[in-house]
Amino acid sequence: MARVVVRDVEKAYGTTKVIHGINVEIADGEFVVLVGPSGCGKSTLLRMIAGLEEISGGTISIGEREVNRLPPKDRDVAMVFQNYALYPHMTVHDNMAFSLKLRKADKSVIAERVGKAAEILNLTPYLQRYPRQLSGGQRQRVAMGRAIVRDPQVFLFDEPLSNLDAKLRVQMRIEIKALHQRLKTTTIYVTHDQIEAMTMADRIVVMHDGIVEQVGTPLELYDHPSNLFVAGFIGSPAMNFVEGTLRRDGGTPVLEATGGRLALPAWVPGADGQKVALGIRPEHLSISATGPSSLDAVVEVVEPTGADTHVVAMAFGQQVQAVFTERHAFAPGARVALCPRPEAIHLFDTASGRHL
Amino acid sequence: MASVDIRNVRKAFGSTQVLHGVSVGIEDGQFVVLVGPSGCGKSTLLRMLAGLENITAGEIAIGDKVVNNVPPKDRDIAMVFQNYALYPHMTVFENMAFSLKLAGAPKEFMDQEVQKAARILGLGQLLHRYPRQLSGGQRQRVAMGRAIVRNPQVFLFDEPLSNLDAKLRVQMRAEIKELHQRLKVTTVYVTHDQIEAMTMADKIVVMNHGHIEQAGAPLELYDRPANLFVAGFIGSPAMNMLDGRVDGGAFVDAGGTRWPMPPGHGASQGAEVVYGVRPEHMRLDPAGVPARVHVVEPTGSETQVVLKVGDVTIMGAFRERISQNPGEALPVSPDVALVHLFDKKTGKRI
Repeated sequence: MARVVVRDVEKAYGTTKVIHGINVEIADGEFVVLVGPSGCGKSTLLRMIAGLEEISGGTISIGEREVNRLPPKDRDVAMVFQNYALYPHMTVHDNMAFSLKLRKADKSVIAERVGKAAEILNLTPYLQRYPRQLSGGQRQRVAMGRAIVRDPQVFLFDEPLSNLDAKLRVQMRIEIKALHQRLKTTTIYVTHDQIEAMTMADRIVVMHDGIVEQVGTPLELYDHPSNLFVAGFIGSPAMNFVEGTLRRDGGTPVLEATGGRLALPAWVPGADGQKVALGIRPEHLSISATGPSSLDAVVEVVEPTGADTHVVAMAFGQQVQAVFTERHAFAPGARVALCPRPEAIHLFDTASGRHL
Repeated sequence: MASVDIRNVRKAFGSTQVLHGVSVGIEDGQFVVLVGPSGCGKSTLLRMLAGLENITAGEIAIGDKVVNNVPPKDRDIAMVFQNYALYPHMTVFENMAFSLKLAGAPKEFMDQEVQKAARILGLGQLLHRYPRQLSGGQRQRVAMGRAIVRNPQVFLFDEPLSNLDAKLRVQMRAEIKELHQRLKVTTVYVTHDQIEAMTMADKIVVMNHGHIEQAGAPLELYDRPANLFVAGFIGSPAMNMLDGRVDGGAFVDAGGTRWPMPPGHGASQGAEVVYGVRPEHMRLDPAGVPARVHVVEPTGSETQVVLKVGDVTIMGAFRERISQNPGEALPVSPDVALVHLFDKKTGKRI
């Protein structure tokens, strides 16, 4: 196990810069998720840590050792890929034993390590099967087993669950997290799925266009997004934004938007006349009586999930989503007043995107 | 628009029966979702409705007309496929106009119908593009536009959102539902995704192994699943199901833990039952069953926790934030009014 330090790391392909000076410190034993939309640079960064891509600038250290020029096999990392990358002509046992065999490990060591990894991953009954005889979840477990037997300093995961269906993804998510709790190996995990990031990470690194937008624990990012990008990316259904101008004439601050005016709590920051975006999560809206601090809305679509009711409505000339834990049987076209929970209101500067 | 009546329909491929006598009534203007795991027969049934598969036995009626022997083009239906099935060498306009052109419609009428559908779907600016120049969501909209211009009695959708990413899927789900509210055309929609079924349907038909397990409104299925299959299939994360038996006033699970029985339950003393509780109906309760934290998953709006009660694994979804670490105690109780009981042998709701 080891800590990983990424310092001022840059990546360019020819004259195209794809990563613009990234700094991340990952503590020994930590589970860190790199998340962002496709093209944000998260997989490139992971591949640079693995040694599969050259580093154009900056340094990467694993343990106390700078690894910029170290070939992948000497970095003491093990990577799990989205497509599993299993050898189709080898049994589960041989797939898992392969790296140890290459290193000419003792037969008894191989048997012991493969046996132990198979037991951890519930693969013992399948050791003599071939990959084609396994389900998607089992193949992903074999790929993880192959990483475990190497007993590396760091696990690297590259979108390992993207090929699995929804139910299996939830199950494997829990398995990977339980595995990390047991082995406590430093883990760097790449995904585009914010729900995987939220549910698995000790800390999340949100990336976008080759820079880091924010680093923090899952609930820090959810509660205190530092900018519009993170606010819109973390949380599902996504945070609602209403753009307008902040007015402070008289007592209560007011958001003046094209479709109406909304009274804001007294504590909100920002200057009179400032262009702002109000951010409110769907789960922080409730049905209220019409008033200065509610949004008059017209219901468009009602989606019951059983546990919750999702409502899509038009308010202030734009679409707003609300999630209620109660059941509501609104008909499309019904008028409702949606009241943001005051302490859950976010204000962003429209020009910079920064949280005020 | 029309009602659809599926009466005791069977399908066999050679000697293999894949649909075992299925009956579904669909009212005029209703949005019905056929849902089930792969291989359950839902797509086969849809394709029989469309006329793309023969009907081995039974009857399908659209409106008042039995269509068993009516070719697809004469059934007055329009189907939207998962892979969109757009013509790559035709523009959006030509793709949408194609069926009218084949039918020999006058040019003016064709223009008017395509423009109308394009307006409904927000495709007005894209009519001269080719499919390859469109995003996945736009392509799906073109496929829907092609169905709309035919002004059919029934829309058939075959897993239309499966190729889209999670965010787009949620958006298109609301769009299709809004479209239905606007056009009110009878719709039969096939998916394997229970969340699509729950959020879109007027009525859900849950299928499994060529049978109908249950048909009903989304919240009926969620609140009163008729059997273990529906209970496990509808709802996410899935319902917890504990094996055990009734002992005195309690349910005793395989590890000996005692759970409270729902009021007025009809299970007899000593009966082998399955005790079902949805994760969202577990409550934090210092006087509850002695559970320990295994994995904590915060989503922001709620916290999902995998718990161990003895050797039994259960899932809880809580509105509260959970600060307990793996291994620590987190006693919970089910909301007893929302507990489901099933007969262990038959799997049927008690």
